[in-house]
Amino acid sequence: MKISRGVSWFALAAAVVLTVFPFYWMIRTALTPAGDLFRDSTALWPDNPTLINFSRVLGLVGAEEARAAGGSGAQINFLRYTFNSMVYSGLIAVVQTFCCAMAGYAFARLRFPGRDVAFGIIIAALMVPPIFTLLPNFVLVKQLGILNTIPGLVLPSLLMTPFAVFFLRQFFLSIPRDVEEAATLDGIGRWGLFWKIVLPMSRGPLITIGLTTIVWSWKDYLWPLLVGKAESTRVLTVGLGVFLQQSPNRAPDWTGLMAGSVLSILPVLLLLVFLGKRLVQSMNFSGMK
Amino acid sequence: MHAVGTRLGAGTGQHAGPHGRLRRRRDDRLVGWLFLLPVIIGFAVFYAYPTVRGVWYSFTDYSLLNDPSYVGGDNYKELVSDGQFWNALKVTGYYVVVNIVSQTVVALGLAALMHRLTRSVVLRATLLVPWLVPNVTIGLLWAWMLDPDLGFVNHLIGLTGLDTTLSFNSPDWAMPLVALVNSWSYTGYTALLLYAGMLQIPPHLYEGAAIDGAGEIRMFRSITLPLLRPIIALVLVVSLIGSFQIFDTVAVVYGGKPPIPETRVIYYYIYQQAFTYFHMGYASAIAMVLVLILGVLTTLQMRMLRASRSDLG
Repeated sequence: MKISRGVSWFALAAAVVLTVFPFYWMIRTALTPAGDLFRDSTALWPDNPTLINFSRVLGLVGAEEARAAGGSGAQINFLRYTFNSMVYSGLIAVVQTFCCAMAGYAFARLRFPGRDVAFGIIIAALMVPPIFTLLPNFVLVKQLGILNTIPGLVLPSLLMTPFAVFFLRQFFLSIPRDVEEAATLDGIGRWGLFWKIVLPMSRGPLITIGLTTIVWSWKDYLWPLLVGKAESTRVLTVGLGVFLQQSPNRAPDWTGLMAGSVLSILPVLLLLVFLGKRLVQSMNFSGMK
Repeated sequence: MHAVGTRLGAGTGQHAGPHGRLRRRRDDRLVGWLFLLPVIIGFAVFYAYPTVRGVWYSFTDYSLLNDPSYVGGDNYKELVSDGQFWNALKVTGYYVVVNIVSQTVVALGLAALMHRLTRSVVLRATLLVPWLVPNVTIGLLWAWMLDPDLGFVNHLIGLTGLDTTLSFNSPDWAMPLVALVNSWSYTGYTALLLYAGMLQIPPHLYEGAAIDGAGEIRMFRSITLPLLRPIIALVLVVSLIGSFQIFDTVAVVYGGKPPIPETRVIYYYIYQQAFTYFHMGYASAIAMVLVLILGVLTTLQMRMLRASRSDLG
């Protein structure tokens, strides 16, 4: 049986429309004045497009004006949440990638007793689902008195994840030893070798793992909800959740919520625009066997 | 210089020239543990210690305010007769099946289409967009799309004259909708992983098959699917474990209120027990059961993976 190319292209196009349209609808709702939502709920473009929903979720207009535009009047500040999200995912991505690279290198290249046992134990942690450590980690953060602080938010994932250690070790195993051997003979120390030779050579995988970490921590919800719900440490996902809870139940503030939603994906979309090629090409399991 | 070059060639093995090797190995012991130090601290404090603590909590009565007190296997006994727990397991299972099946089948189709039609990076980046978006945002977006009064999807249904309203509040539709929403957001990502696997298949196999007159569907079944099996298995392991962790979507689509029983998944039930009722010990016991289930499933899948790898040749 043959399928024509036309049908195949049509199926692909349908997938693209299905992927993109909801986001288009998100933007179009965010640009609609709250009062018009009932009138033209199917129109592809609002009659009187406005940016008021964005200014009110960014905290740029007074409470009165925000209420008039359909808000609940509660203080909501997505600028702050965006900043917090960037600090949260940026810190984790940079520090964690670096620490895991050091460990991955040690596991791949250095020889010392206990190495393989240590590696095995860390890999075993891959099997433990996050919820299991989440409860005691919450207790720990609470006992340390760092609830609702940036350290409390980032510490549990700051230094490592088993996957990053595993991924980077596999990569370091795959690079030829010759370069390192040459440098060793030049009298460079282990640290110098790692810092000056190995890290610059590994830019690709490091960016890959860093980007993936940024995306996942950008999407985090449960942990920041538990330890960072205070206004000062709220990340975007938690901010959206709080905004939703404050919004009246019978008639949610959809225009404001969609404006907040647009803001919550703008930064990662920019990431895709600038690093899309790298991100897309890093979606690959086959190199990891 | 020349001598160095020769030694390098041999030096890739473990037993290189006598002097160089001894000098290098001398101080690895100290340096090695120094390199591992940050990761070991992170692992000990935020993985190992909480794991031990979690096991301990599951045998205690602990409300977060008082100190945990040992109650033996009481939490587990309570679990057995807890209808809500069994319900949570059941609906999570339902979710996982709908989610994994729909997501994998559609992703496989998409990947095959891309593989045979185009290498466009823009197309792949577009399909990846929903994966970049927080589940919270995805949940909100679809709560809006599926709003009973104003939602776009329900307007479309209205236009066809059907008398149904799709809603997260409908006991019949709630779970399939949650599952499909999450499939929607992870299908592109899954498709890209499968697509990358398909690129490893030697093109001459397809050329040969085409000369023999095989159609696309035949080629998909006899070339793509069998050769892709290890990648499919790996993708399944990863998405299955992820799928059990469904939480954000159900936490959002009910406006921040608890979900209806039909969508009260295991993660949400743990969250509720721990942070609404402050039954930390009981919540830890449920989490233990989840660990065991995931452990068994992963082991089974890994075994399948190994089995499928061996007949690749």
